[in-house]
Amino acid sequence: MAHTDSSHNVHGGHDQHTPPHYPEVTHAEHSFDSKAIWRTFWILLGITCVELIVGMFIAPKFHSLKLMFNILYIFLTAAKAFYIIAEFMHLKHEIKNMIMTIAVPALLFIWFLAAFLWDGNSYRNLRNKFDRHHREQGNEKVAPAPHGTEAQKPGGVH
Amino acid sequence: MAQAVPANQKWWSGGRSPFNVEYGKLMMWYFLMSDAFTFGAFLISYGTARFSSNSWPDPNHVFSSFPFAGEHALPLVFVSLMTFILIMSSVTMVLAVGAGHANDRKSVVKWMIWTIIGGIAFLSCQAWEWNHLYHQGAWWGQIPTEAGSHFVNADGSKPTTNFSNFFFTITGFHGFHVFSGVVINIIMLIMAYTGVFERRGHYLMIEKAGLYWHFVDLVWVFVFTCFYLF
Repeated sequence: MAHTDSSHNVHGGHDQHTPPHYPEVTHAEHSFDSKAIWRTFWILLGITCVELIVGMFIAPKFHSLKLMFNILYIFLTAAKAFYIIAEFMHLKHEIKNMIMTIAVPALLFIWFLAAFLWDGNSYRNLRNKFDRHHREQGNEKVAPAPHGTEAQKPGGVH
Repeated sequence: MAQAVPANQKWWSGGRSPFNVEYGKLMMWYFLMSDAFTFGAFLISYGTARFSSNSWPDPNHVFSSFPFAGEHALPLVFVSLMTFILIMSSVTMVLAVGAGHANDRKSVVKWMIWTIIGGIAFLSCQAWEWNHLYHQGAWWGQIPTEAGSHFVNADGSKPTTNFSNFFFTITGFHGFHVFSGVVINIIMLIMAYTGVFERRGHYLMIEKAGLYWHFVDLVWVFVFTCFYLF
């Protein structure tokens, strides 16, 4: 695996079993592990099934816990994203420099999410306080609430 | 767990890729980063709009139908089928990449065909869903507001077009990515089949197309959570 190929033998991989060499890449051949791929597949499928069962059967019964369910969905989604990037896109098996050049800029999403959702929430509060039209629109019901009769949910994250 | 590399490896002394990947693959990663921020901007603006609203349509009601099964029968089942199709086609794509490592042209062709079938199946599902919602009266700038419609907000107030605008824009943008992914995969299939990669001595193009295809799957994971679960 970890042999160093500094010679410039360009593209010498015509027979079946010798992986090709690229001058700029040290060890291009990753041992391909189809077991790991299927394991990842089952993990992704399992997480999706959990999300669906919670979303279809459990969450509709506990309306006041919606925020908790949303946090659960966020964790499960992040787990799925991790497995797709790490295994399917193979990032976990690249060298550390490569991983960091992708992972560090992605941290911007934390600020991105926090700032804009906070902003949306603040806008909602301001409109409810100062915009009478907006407030009345929200109070005008066109139909009985489909299930449960809970009033407006805090956070607007229904 | 990063690759095993000799401890004294000098990545930055020239002559080799400091990230130890081929140039085109690195650029594909950077393109996908920029694309991730585009999708991120869409999804976060959706989140902002939703946080600024007092209530929002309930996905369990909006997305409750399945072809030939009518309304209210199966909430979220159709979209889970779509998710399954996309994850499955991601797996066949990895298998194509793996076959490329082994320089096995026949298997590459086989797995690419399966990946393309998965992509087309996903697009067909999405076409059905769009058509269905359109016939219920939802489109860009339109949402049914009458009592008893599936789109009524969870607290019973009138829905706004925010819901349909964001839904069609974001799933449309994602669907466009799936479509271009299918086109790219068809080109890769033709190149693999005609032996272009075999003559070249490597199947790196399949890897780059694969990265794009997995990214499409990755975005769907977030679209799924944001529109169908929250």
